Amino acid sequence: MSLSNIHTLPAAALPVSKADPALMREVAELMVSALNLDTLAADIAPDEPLYGDGLGLDSIDILEVALVISRQYGLQLRADHEDNGQIFRSLRSLSEHIAAQRTK
Amino acid sequence: MTTFPLVTHRGMDDALAYRHGELITVGQFLHDARRLAALYPQGRHVLNACTDRYHFTVGLAAAMLADRISLLPPTHTPEMVRQLRLFAPDVFCLSDGATTIDLPRVAYPDPAPRGDGPEAVPAKVPQIPADQTVAHVFTSGSTGVPLPHRKTWGALVRNVQAGAARLGLLEGARYSIVGTVPPQHMYGFESTVLLALQGGAALSAGHPFYPADICSAIAAVPRPRLLVTTPVHLRVLLSAGMDVPALDLVLSATAPMPAPLAQAAEARLQVPLLEIYGSTETGQIATRRTATAAQWTLFPGVRLVPQGDHMWASGGHVEVPVALGDILECVDDRHFLLHGRKADLVNIAGKRNSLAYLNHQLNAIAGVQDGAFFMPDEDDAGTGVTRLLAFAVAPGLSQAALRAALRGRIDPVFMPRPLVLVERLPRNSTGKLPREALQALALTHDQTGRGRHAG
Repeated sequence: MSLSNIHTLPAAALPVSKADPALMREVAELMVSALNLDTLAADIAPDEPLYGDGLGLDSIDILEVALVISRQYGLQLRADHEDNGQIFRSLRSLSEHIAAQRTK
Repeated sequence: MTTFPLVTHRGMDDALAYRHGELITVGQFLHDARRLAALYPQGRHVLNACTDRYHFTVGLAAAMLADRISLLPPTHTPEMVRQLRLFAPDVFCLSDGATTIDLPRVAYPDPAPRGDGPEAVPAKVPQIPADQTVAHVFTSGSTGVPLPHRKTWGALVRNVQAGAARLGLLEGARYSIVGTVPPQHMYGFESTVLLALQGGAALSAGHPFYPADICSAIAAVPRPRLLVTTPVHLRVLLSAGMDVPALDLVLSATAPMPAPLAQAAEARLQVPLLEIYGSTETGQIATRRTATAAQWTLFPGVRLVPQGDHMWASGGHVEVPVALGDILECVDDRHFLLHGRKADLVNIAGKRNSLAYLNHQLNAIAGVQDGAFFMPDEDDAGTGVTRLLAFAVAPGLSQAALRAALRGRIDPVFMPRPLVLVERLPRNSTGKLPREALQALALTHDQTGRGRHAG
C-alpha cells in the first residue's frame, strides 16, 4: 500500500513547482473529457477529494486518467498498489505531481 | 480418504513466489503458512484481505492447514462485511495493512528470520482432504443477501489442474505468474493463486496497477511468464505506448475481450492470448484463443445441456449442475458460442452484479421511496467502460447524501453515473418498469451526450 516510491522518484530535469491555476484547469478538462464526467471542469474544486465522497472516481477512472496524462505530459505514473490516494487525493495534488514530473 | 497436495512443485527449493525481488521457495512458504496458522484465533471463518498476493496465499494455506474456511466476497463494503458477520458470526479478518473492515483482526506477521534452523522447513508437502471446504465464494445474489458458493479442495484442484493442462503449464516449464487482478476474486484466486500452487509455478506478489508497474513486475520475474489480466487492463497497457517485457502467455477473463483488442495484443506482444470463460458457481470451464477463434472449447469432461431458460453446465470438476447466467449456443459437444448475458446481470470492468441486487440496495436506504438502476447499451467497440445510471425518488435526501449511503453498500464500479433524483419512476399499470421507459427517462437526463466512451 505504500506510495513512498512515488515521492522518492527524482524530480526529473524540471524543478519541483506548484501547480498553477492554468495547469489545474487543463488537468480538470482532461479528466472531464476522458471520463465523460457529469461535471464541469470549472466546478472541480482544487482540494476536493477525487475518490469517494468527492468526485467519486474509482480505480478504473484512475487508469483512464493516468493514460491521458501519460500521453499529454509524457510521464508514467507508478504505484506499488492501486491505492493511489496520495497523487489522486485532489486536483491540486495531481496537478502538482504532473508539474514536477512532466517531460513535455 | 482422497487427498491432494497443497502444492505440486517437485522440491522444497522450487520457487513459489517472487516478492520485492526476492525468491521465496516452497519450503519457506510452507514454513510461513504453519507460522501464520498458529496465530489464527478460534473462529472457523477468515476474511483474507491481504493485498500482497504472497501474503494472501500464505493466509489461504494457513487456513487450510488449520481447517479454517476462507470467505471471498465480491467487495468489502461495510454492508457486505455486515452480511458476512450474519453468515459466519465467528469470522475474523486477516490483513497486511491498514483496513477499515469492522471485524476482529489478525495482522499478517512480520517476516520470520530466514534460515532459522533445520526445523524451519517442513520435510514434506501437506496433503489436504478432497472434501475439505476451503472457501465460500460469494456472489451478490438478488435479494440483498450475498449467496455463498462452497468450494472444496477437490473441486478446486480438479478445476485448476484442467486449466493448467489447457494452458500448457504441466509440460515441464515452470512459469512465473504476474496478475493485474486481485487474489480475492474468483478469477484471480484461480488463475494467480491456485494456478501457482497446482501448476508448479511461481506467483509475483505484487498487484501492479499502472502500465509502468505492470512492465516492472513482468521484468522482475524469470521466463516463461504468464500475465493474468482483463480487457480493461490490457487495453490500457497497450495504449500506454511502453515497451512491454517479453511474455509467453496472456490470460484474460471477467469481461468479453473484443477480437480486435486480442489481435492487437497478440501482434504487439508476440504472444498467444487465451480468454477464459467461467463463473463463480462453476469455476473455469472453457477457453478460446480470441484473436483467431470465436468459439469456446470446453474443459475435458464438462458438458452443456439446455434446459428451460438456461444452459446448464455439468461434468468434469462441476460437482452439481449449474445454470449459467449467460446466453450460450452449443456448436458441438466440445464447443460453444457466447451471446451475452441474461438481462438482469451486469458486468462492469470485470465485476459482476445483478440489477436486482443493486436495486435492492438502493431501495434499502432510508428515505428512498422508489429507485431503479439502468444499464445503457454497451459500446460495441468495447473500448470504454459503460457505467450504470440510477433513478431515485427520495424527497428528503440530497444527491450527496444518497450517494454517500449507496457507497456504503455497493462496490464503486457500480456507483451510478448519473444518479438522478426524480419525482416518480415510469412504472406501468402493473408496477413494472419497462426497459424502454427507463431508456426514455435516461435520454432526458443525458442531453450532454455523455456515454463514458473513453479513449
